[in-house]
Amino acid sequence: MSKHRHEPEFTSYYGRPVLKEPTWEPADIAGYLFTGGLAGASSILAAGAQFTGRPALARSLKLGALGAITASAAALIHDLGKPSRFYNMLRVAKPSSPMSMGSWLLAGYGPLAGASALSDLTGVLPAAGRTASVGAGVLGAGVASYTSVLIADTAVPAWHAARHHLPFVFVGSAATAAAGLGLLTAPTGETGPVRRAAVAGAAVELAASNAMEHGTGLAGETFHDGTAGRLLRAAKACTAAGAVGAAVLGGRSRLAAAVSGLALLAGSALTRFGIFEAGRASTKDPKYTVVPQRERLAEKDSAARCDSLVAGLARGAGDQ
Amino acid sequence: MPRMGFFTDTSVCIGCKACEVACKEWNAIPSDGALDLTGESFDNTSELGANSWRHVAFIEKSVPSQDASAPDGVRWLMASDVCKHCTHAACLDVCPTGALFRTEFDTVVVQQDVCNGCGYCVSACPYGVIDQRKDDGRVFKCTMCYDRIGVGQEPACAKACPTKSIQFGELDDLRARAQERVDALHEQGLADARLYGDSPDDGVGGTGAFFLLMDEPETYGLPPDPVVCSRDLPQMWRQAAIAAGTLLAGLAATFLGRRGQRGE
Ligand code: SF4
Ligand code: SF4
Repeated sequence: MSKHRHEPEFTSYYGRPVLKEPTWEPADIAGYLFTGGLAGASSILAAGAQFTGRPALARSLKLGALGAITASAAALIHDLGKPSRFYNMLRVAKPSSPMSMGSWLLAGYGPLAGASALSDLTGVLPAAGRTASVGAGVLGAGVASYTSVLIADTAVPAWHAARHHLPFVFVGSAATAAAGLGLLTAPTGETGPVRRAAVAGAAVELAASNAMEHGTGLAGETFHDGTAGRLLRAAKACTAAGAVGAAVLGGRSRLAAAVSGLALLAGSALTRFGIFEAGRASTKDPKYTVVPQRERLAEKDSAARCDSLVAGLARGAGDQ
Repeated sequence: MPRMGFFTDTSVCIGCKACEVACKEWNAIPSDGALDLTGESFDNTSELGANSWRHVAFIEKSVPSQDASAPDGVRWLMASDVCKHCTHAACLDVCPTGALFRTEFDTVVVQQDVCNGCGYCVSACPYGVIDQRKDDGRVFKCTMCYDRIGVGQEPACAKACPTKSIQFGELDDLRARAQERVDALHEQGLADARLYGDSPDDGVGGTGAFFLLMDEPETYGLPPDPVVCSRDLPQMWRQAAIAAGTLLAGLAATFLGRRGQRGE
C-alpha cells in the first residue's frame, strides 16, 4: 500500500505485542479452513448432481468431499500440542466454544460423507447412500461456514474485526473450491451447474473480501500488507481467472475446464492462507490492539460528555 | 465462597522480582533456557507466558527538567503483571475440552491432564497471557496458587512481596482498599494514578486480578479497553447461519434450469 500512510501514534511496552501470536501452524489450520470448505460445498453439489442425473460429477464430488474432510481432520489433529489427546475434544459439548461445536459437527458430517462416497463407489445400499448424501449436503453447509466463527471468536484483531464478513468470504471460497473440483474431474457434459457455482461463488467471495478489506478499520491494513497482501492478491487473480475460464470456455474444452478448476482450487486455498497470515500479522504489531481500543474509549468518553451536556441543558430548560 | 483476587498496587512496587522468583519456585516452572539480556531496562522476562506467570515490567520515563542547564530526570514505573482471572474469561469460553475451568474461588485454572494443546485459548485471551509450552504442547498460566489458597495460604507472589504491592484477599475488600489508595494518591497530587480492571462494567466484566497504575495501561503493555471476544458470539453464529443458508440455496439453484444447455 501507500508509503505515505499516516502512522497513528500510540504507546507500547518496548514495541512488544500485547497479544500472543496464534500457536497454529499455517499449513495445518489454513489447510483445515480450505479443506473444510472444499468438503462441505462438494457435498452440497454432489447431492444436487445425484438427483439431477449427473453420476460422474456426483461420484467425483463425493470422493473429493471424503478426501478433503479426512485431510481436514488430520490437519487439526496434527496441530494439537498433544495429538494423542484429541479425544478430549469430544469430552464435552460446549456451545461457547466454536471448536467444540465444530468437532461435533465434523463427527456428524464425516461418517455421512464417508457413507455417501462408499455407497456410490461400491453400489452397496444405494438408498441409504443417497440419504447420506443429502445429510452430508445439509451438514456440509455448516462445515463450510462454521470455520469463520472459529477464527473470528478470538482476540486476533484482523479476524475479530472481520467477523461480519468472514462467513461470506468463506462460503464463497468453499463454493469456488468445490466447483473447481467438479470442473477438474467431471466430464464437460455434466458440469453446467458447477460452472454456474464457480461464477456465483467467485462473485460472493470477491465482493465479501472487498467489503472485509475496507470495513475492518485499522486492522484491515493487514489484508493488504506483506505476505498476507501478496497471498490475497494472488487469490483474487486465480479466483477471477478461474471463474471467467469456467464461464467462457469450461463448457467447450475439457482442458480449459480442468485449468479453470485448478485456478479456482488454488484461489480458495490462497484466500485461506492469506486471511490466516493477516491475523498473525495483526497480533504481532501492538498498534492493531491499542489504537482501535483507544479510539473506542475516546468515543465512549465523548458520548458520555455529550449525554451530560444534554442532561445539563434539559435541567436548565426545566428551571425556566 | 467469596471471590478471591489480587490487587497489584504498582505505586509501591520496587522492582525486586521476588514475586517472579517465588512463583517459579512454588509452581516448579521450568526456565525458558539461556538468560537473554533484552536491553529493556531491568526487564529480562519481557512478557507473561507459559513459563512466566508473574512478570515485572520496568519503564524509564524521561522527565524534562525545570531548569534548562540541568539534565532531564528519569521517572521509574514498575509493575508486576499476572493473569487477570477475568469475570468473562475468553480463554475459558473457547476451550473445547473443558480443561479451563472456574474454581470455587472464582479464579480461572487449566486442568493440565485434560488440555490437548489446541491453542484456542491463546488466541482468545485479550491480554496475551496464556501460552503454549512448546516442548510440552499444553498451555500454562497463573493458577492464583490454587493449591495454596485451597488450604488457607496466600499465593506465593503475594507472600513474597516485601512492599505489599501484591495483595491477595476477598475481591470486594480489595476493591474498597484500592479505591481508598487511589483517592489518597490523587490528594497527594498524583493525578495519573488510576485503577485498571476494577470495574464490573468493562469489556471483560471486571478482573479478579486488578491493578493501580501510574500511567496509561498500554505503557505497561496492557490493552486499554479489552473486550471478551465471545461477547459477539451469538451475532457471529447468526451471520454464519445466514451464510450457510445462502450457500445451500445458492448451490441448489445452480441445478435449476434446463438440461442440455450449451456444453451440456
Ligand atoms: S487474562 Fe487471559 S488467560 Fe487470564 S483469565 Fe483472562 S482471558 Fe483467561
Ligand atoms: S489449549 Fe488446552 S486449555 Fe487451551 S483451549 Fe485448548 S484444550 Fe483448552
